[in-house]
Amino acid sequence: MTRISPGSSIGQRDWNRMDRGTRLAWWAAREALESAGLKGGLMPIVVGTSAAAMPIGEDYYKRAMETPGRRAGQLLRTETYQVQRQMTAMARHLGVAGPLRIISNACASGANAIGHAFHLVRSGKAERVLAGGYDALCQLVFAGFDALQALSPSGVPRPFDAARDGLALGEGAGFVVVESVAAARARGARVMAEILGYGAATDIHHLTQPHPEGDAALSTMAAACRMAGVSPEKIDYVNSHGTGTPLNDVAEGRAIQRWAGESVAGVKVSSTKSAIGHLLGGAGAVEAVICLMAMEGQWLPASLNVREADPVCSFELIREPRDAKVRTVLTNSFGFGGANATLIFRKEDKA
Amino acid sequence: MSGRIVIAGTGAVSSAGWGVRALIDALESGEAAPVSNLERGEVHTPVRRVPENAAGVPKSARLRRTSPVSKFAAAAAIEAIGPERLAQIAAGEWRVGVIYTLLNGCVNYSNRFFGEVLADPSVASPIVFPETVFNAPASHLAAMLGSVSPNDTLLGDNAEFFTGLEVAAEWIARGDVDGCVVVGAEELDWLSAEALRFYSRDSVPSEGAGALYLEAGEGTVKLLHVPDAVPFSQEMDRSLAALRLRETLAPKDEPGTLLVDGRCGIGRVDRAERTAWENWSGPRLSPRAITGEALGASAAFQCVAAVEAIRAGRMDQAIAFTLGGNEQAAGARFGR
Repeated sequence: MTRISPGSSIGQRDWNRMDRGTRLAWWAAREALESAGLKGGLMPIVVGTSAAAMPIGEDYYKRAMETPGRRAGQLLRTETYQVQRQMTAMARHLGVAGPLRIISNACASGANAIGHAFHLVRSGKAERVLAGGYDALCQLVFAGFDALQALSPSGVPRPFDAARDGLALGEGAGFVVVESVAAARARGARVMAEILGYGAATDIHHLTQPHPEGDAALSTMAAACRMAGVSPEKIDYVNSHGTGTPLNDVAEGRAIQRWAGESVAGVKVSSTKSAIGHLLGGAGAVEAVICLMAMEGQWLPASLNVREADPVCSFELIREPRDAKVRTVLTNSFGFGGANATLIFRKEDKA
Repeated sequence: MSGRIVIAGTGAVSSAGWGVRALIDALESGEAAPVSNLERGEVHTPVRRVPENAAGVPKSARLRRTSPVSKFAAAAAIEAIGPERLAQIAAGEWRVGVIYTLLNGCVNYSNRFFGEVLADPSVASPIVFPETVFNAPASHLAAMLGSVSPNDTLLGDNAEFFTGLEVAAEWIARGDVDGCVVVGAEELDWLSAEALRFYSRDSVPSEGAGALYLEAGEGTVKLLHVPDAVPFSQEMDRSLAALRLRETLAPKDEPGTLLVDGRCGIGRVDRAERTAWENWSGPRLSPRAITGEALGASAAFQCVAAVEAIRAGRMDQAIAFTLGGNEQAAGARFGR
């Protein structure tokens, strides 16, 4: 990520000023636009991030401590630390012009961003929206999760394993173009899926720990299903938040049990964080993209590394990827501060 | 919007003091808050701090370990929502959304935690780290209110508060919530205070929180219009963005409308905004010049001032306008 991508219109100076997270976001956003058959244009951008350009902030801090009062380079660091400055630059390089919303709801940010985009289109405020989430690794966040003893000492995340010992941090970005069906059809665009529902709620149990019974998760899953007009039996796959921490997985498992009721045994669940790690502000958006891929390819992603499933898994935990009929999917995202979000997608029927 | 959304309450914690009254008194008198120095070795940064007032901080277990930004946000939000609605929210009879807008956020704890990490990561505090997350103040506020409704933290430049108003209006119009409190809050720390002075040596960093509480229905002050923000781009520099938004918010001169602008009193910084509004003959207020530069809280102070002028019967309409630093021009129109 230190060299400019071939064919990019970004100059070396602008590339150097982008933080790593914005570079990841730019890659994913560009791919989303290409996939949608768009070369930029007028549309709002809704982005989720948690760490934002923290590595630049870290650099600013170190230099301010080493040489107090010295100005050289610090104004540029101050400016490029600001996420809205980075996202404005990204929009310019994508050829996208429109209002910018940056949501920072910790690890639910990416899902919230897609949810906001969904509502902007649904309400008629926008015809199409570029939406997604991203985060890159940085020292402060890595040390923070380490201080909380949330990182897996084994280095192997095992969401929903009875002996899971924590999460593995990852980095990345996911973007989608959310567009009205009418607008997409009018320009002959390929429609990957329809967003049927979005639910958002706040878990007020604790700043970093979920309610043990998953109250807010249940609330967002139920709200998204109500909006979508689907019952749990109609959901072919649940991409769980599934961090691999002891508290998260059992709370989410309880929420799934309560949401599905007597149908829980038929609910297919996995956590793709077992394969790619926890992407923080990017997680919800990347996991939404994984759901789209699952619907596109008609397969179920797996929870890797599970040796013995936790007793909370009264649902079917998918432990190996496999072909399946996948028409309607639900994805959960939860974050520090109690930010909870659920999205439901449905593969469009072929005419 | 057309009058459906009303401003049912305002709240403020500023360098002028705790509460809306202190802010309005300072704006009316035109007396800027006192300047003190933030010392870091040989670096002295003049700042306008929120005065100490332990009694002003709402009582909540969640606020015990927080840095000032969460306390400011909570105090302003509580003042804006008011006791009647607070009781209804606590009883589960009223769904209130929380929107927190910021540029900088919980910088005290980020500074402290990162210092600990560099010194010895093995003993860095697990209590401090979660307070560094941008949405910590919004989380504390929701927990304090007992609200499980949606809760968003929006990052942006110092005009971001208006996006918060726009999102709140969307939530209320959709029926996601019965009411929504929008808070812009920031805190002082040498890290950001010194950084702000790189933009202008005349800038005086400040802190605090401003809040508007919005509901659907009838009321004295309505949120009449929050136009889409005008984002900066290669074709739309700050000056053009200011002009474009001015054309949307007030294409003609309105001698009877109050303009609460974003000028800070520094010529170079204010130039684009001054040009955009140069033919405005109506009354004007410039809170930033009084409170200091409180980043994400400053636009909230502007909105509080606009709403209070209408509520007090001094004006029928008021416009708040902010030309942000590096993202957007944004504003809103309030009226009876």
